Amino acid sequence: MLIQTRNHGYDHTTPSDITPASVYQQRRDLLRLMASGAAGGALAGWAGRDAWAQTPRPGKLAPLPGAKSAVAGAATMEKSTSYEDASSYNNYYEFGTDKSDPARNAHRLKTTPWAVSIEGLVKKPVTFALEDLLKLAPMEERIYRMRCVEGWSMVIPWVGYSLSALVKKVEPLGSAKYVEFVTLADRKTMPFVGSRILDWPYTEGLRMDEALHPLTLLNFGMYGEVLPNQNGAPVRLVVPWKYGFKSAKSLVTIRFTEKEPGTAWNKAAANEYGFYSNVNPDVPHPRWSQATERRIGEDNLFAKKRKTLIFNGYEAQVGQLYAGMDLKKNY
Amino acid sequence: MNKLLLHPVTKPLVFVLALLPFAGLFHGAWTDQLGANPAEHLIRSTGEWTLRFLCLTLAVTPARQQFGWAALARLRRMLGLYVFFYALLHFLCYAVFDMGLGLDEGAWAEIVRDIPKRPFILVGFAALLLLLPLALTSFNRAIRALGAPRWRALHRLVYAVAVLAVLHFYWMRAGKQDFAEVAVYGAILGCLLGWRLLRRWRDARNQVPVRA
Repeated sequence: MLIQTRNHGYDHTTPSDITPASVYQQRRDLLRLMASGAAGGALAGWAGRDAWAQTPRPGKLAPLPGAKSAVAGAATMEKSTSYEDASSYNNYYEFGTDKSDPARNAHRLKTTPWAVSIEGLVKKPVTFALEDLLKLAPMEERIYRMRCVEGWSMVIPWVGYSLSALVKKVEPLGSAKYVEFVTLADRKTMPFVGSRILDWPYTEGLRMDEALHPLTLLNFGMYGEVLPNQNGAPVRLVVPWKYGFKSAKSLVTIRFTEKEPGTAWNKAAANEYGFYSNVNPDVPHPRWSQATERRIGEDNLFAKKRKTLIFNGYEAQVGQLYAGMDLKKNY
Repeated sequence: MNKLLLHPVTKPLVFVLALLPFAGLFHGAWTDQLGANPAEHLIRSTGEWTLRFLCLTLAVTPARQQFGWAALARLRRMLGLYVFFYALLHFLCYAVFDMGLGLDEGAWAEIVRDIPKRPFILVGFAALLLLLPLALTSFNRAIRALGAPRWRALHRLVYAVAVLAVLHFYWMRAGKQDFAEVAVYGAILGCLLGWRLLRRWRDARNQVPVRA
């Protein structure tokens, strides 16, 4: 039981804002338990209905199926964004600053061969070929909400496994407190690397406990297929309770560090993009009011925008990571 | 050129041409062809068209005087009113699609809170407010009532609008480090305002009375 006060960094206008989320989660967990055990066949199908066959495979790229995930909060029942929108409207500054640029330019990216090197404070520094990384743990489908700091959101069925599976495999040293993610910066295929928009390569970081959280996904696919280049192929991170830019695309290095790593956006504008960047309706951004969001493809022009939830609605799962922290300071 | 500008078709033609971006956006919104995030597209496009018409309006006087196209003056007021038209649309798109005006009961309060909270919105809103008296005094009787010198002085507010508009655009993009477009509009408006300063300075040196 977590007791929250205003001093604990996140507060709610009414207690009912939080209760339903955990009750809901318990109910889901109970259903899964029943489905896997005594209640058997019929109920299993019903409990699993939300994650399966919700979004048809678009049939554009190689299939990459994932089993239904047992991780709490891993499968929202909200309607998935269309593949068309999710693969044509996104930010990937290496390919351009307009949201239609990545889909237009990312075909030049060469995703094979690909390797990810694990470096820093780790017992077993190693370079994984992509094929080995794909086999490291079973693939799961995770249907996450994705909230961009620009005030729009999507629901995307990702395919991958918890980053913690990889972290445990490489055995970080006790001195490792953070994980730094370095992404590809290839001038030959990425037209905006070389521009002064950001300090390339794009880097991001997580605290160790955030990296180990089961919801933090090492991601290889979406909509039952491998990732399109513009969405971060061949391997990216997905951290569903943080703004989208925390989920670095096209990873080449994962480094364990003792000090908080610098992040690309924090270096570019520290007053706007903090290290944590947890989705938080109470911490306004100078450009985008964060209180509400527009669900792409679902909220039409004249629909009321939906209220943004603290931690993007994943508070029941991740709230305890930030207990006692002032989230207005550590934004 | 002057002959062309004085042709009876020219003015209605410019009026219709200037309305085309609006028609295009309206049609796009109606038929859902504005991409994945139509609200963002509308807000952004109306802002860009405001800047474009601002550039055109401020280019009238330099073009008249540099190239002797005196008849351009016939179009200036209309172009200026289109600046206001697109600026107002830009604000309405923000108010309705971003802040939920007409959809959300607390929207007005939300907007009032939002304007000072985000400096770039405050600056954009200030520019719109400065355009308001210009639009309201854009007819002949207003000129007569105010007297030409006072009317001209009032309408020099458009220079402040240009500065605020570029600042608004710059600030909006500042966190994204993406200044290419800001630089283009900034350079054009900078040249158009710089031309006026230069001419003033030259006129003052030659002790010729300053013209509007």
